[in-house]
Amino acid sequence: MARKERMSGNEAVSYAIKQVNPDVMPAFPITPSTEIPQMVSAYIANGEMDTEFIPVESEHSSMSATIGAEAAGARSLTATSSAGLALMWEELLLAASNRMPCALTLVNRTLSGPININCDHSDGMGARDTGWIQIYAESNQEVYDNFIQAYPIAEDPRVHLPIMICQDGFITSHAVMNIELLEDQEVKDFVGEYHPEEFLLNPGKPIAVGPYSVTNYAMEAKKNQEIALENSKKVILEVAKKFEALSGRSYGLFEEYRTEDADYIMLLIGSAAGTAKQAVDDLRAQGKKVGVIKLRVFRPFPAEELADALKNCKAVAIMDRTESYNGNGGPLGSEVMAGLFRKKVMITAVNYIYGLAGRDFTVDDVYEIFAELEEAQIKGTEIEQFKYVGLR
Amino acid sequence: MRTDVHTINEHTPHQDLTEGLMMFAAGTSKEFHTGEWRTNTPVYHADLCKQCLLCTPVCPDSSIPVKDSKRGDFDYDHCKGCGICAKVCPFGAIEMKEGR
Repeated sequence: MARKERMSGNEAVSYAIKQVNPDVMPAFPITPSTEIPQMVSAYIANGEMDTEFIPVESEHSSMSATIGAEAAGARSLTATSSAGLALMWEELLLAASNRMPCALTLVNRTLSGPININCDHSDGMGARDTGWIQIYAESNQEVYDNFIQAYPIAEDPRVHLPIMICQDGFITSHAVMNIELLEDQEVKDFVGEYHPEEFLLNPGKPIAVGPYSVTNYAMEAKKNQEIALENSKKVILEVAKKFEALSGRSYGLFEEYRTEDADYIMLLIGSAAGTAKQAVDDLRAQGKKVGVIKLRVFRPFPAEELADALKNCKAVAIMDRTESYNGNGGPLGSEVMAGLFRKKVMITAVNYIYGLAGRDFTVDDVYEIFAELEEAQIKGTEIEQFKYVGLR
Repeated sequence: MRTDVHTINEHTPHQDLTEGLMMFAAGTSKEFHTGEWRTNTPVYHADLCKQCLLCTPVCPDSSIPVKDSKRGDFDYDHCKGCGICAKVCPFGAIEMKEGR
């Protein structure tokens, strides 16, 4: 039986952690994810869960300890944001190459500088090529649901990769919204007990994790890791199907909102999808054929699926909540356009940069972008690429 | 998933390697002959050695075998020729020579 509650995103993911009750959680506080280890510690102190919490001295250590615990045979996780994720950089790659199915709840916050604590995706996007699965959420409900699906995806023998469950700093992490929670037993049955086949603390069956690899082996190991990430796409969809049977809530690689007959589509990630959907409802009421695609799974990147979803529209606005400093647009823009080209989908594609360091992204901004797409389409003009939305 | 790592070699296709290149065996570093990297070689003069054993604990590669409280000649399969043992020996019983 589902229970109605109201929670912030941090509360929601902490509650999911409590229900999953993993074995080990090393963590170090950083705004805006600090509440997650704080709330989990309180649950442990109150005897509501028996996870081993390790208060480490840095994020370099929290990810190292997470990997160590996972290699030892424990289901493990950590939480962080922004500079904390940056400090984990080296270990993020090791978690993936050592094929550790650990989890990280990321509360997206901009990377310095200028130093700022508010939301954008520069932290998560900075770690986009570390080999982790990355799943982003629009709301507290989604981050709760995504965390419950995290271990069944990561621990699947076809995958064995670490998974990052992301939500927008403050916008999602601190805003209180209605939420529907599953019962503890339902979550435990869904996630199951963790019984790894191979682990370090396994008497009589010695293994070595992460050995030095000479040139003759490293390239093959990387290919195997890449295959595992490709495999995860299918597993993510299988787990989502099972989760829908349990919760009634349906998830895919991305969500298509009023796109069936849409001429103009906005493609974006995270909490701003709510704003875009509101604008789409308003514009639809005026007879405009507009829609939204909200990308949920950024890694593995569903390039072909997105190209298919976009092939019938006239123009797409691809929204990046990060600056990539490459003179060629944001990561979402670049990757979607590469996917469109490979599938020979030659629609107009415009990359926008928005919401950096917590800058508001409003319904009016969405109206303007759709108007710009429509005008350029009718007049046959070009729109400036990777323009900053709302820049003074 | 448990694979006999001794069946894996430099011709093994990627599908047949272990996940994350995990080793399913113990003590396999012995089979990796780091001695091949050596550019300087310690030479043991048993006649000068007093068996004080100061050299054995400082060896980073456990390449000075000890049996019945006495050191023997170097394990040249694993000695990288760092020369720490020669520095620590008070009796000049270890001499560094250029080359392998």
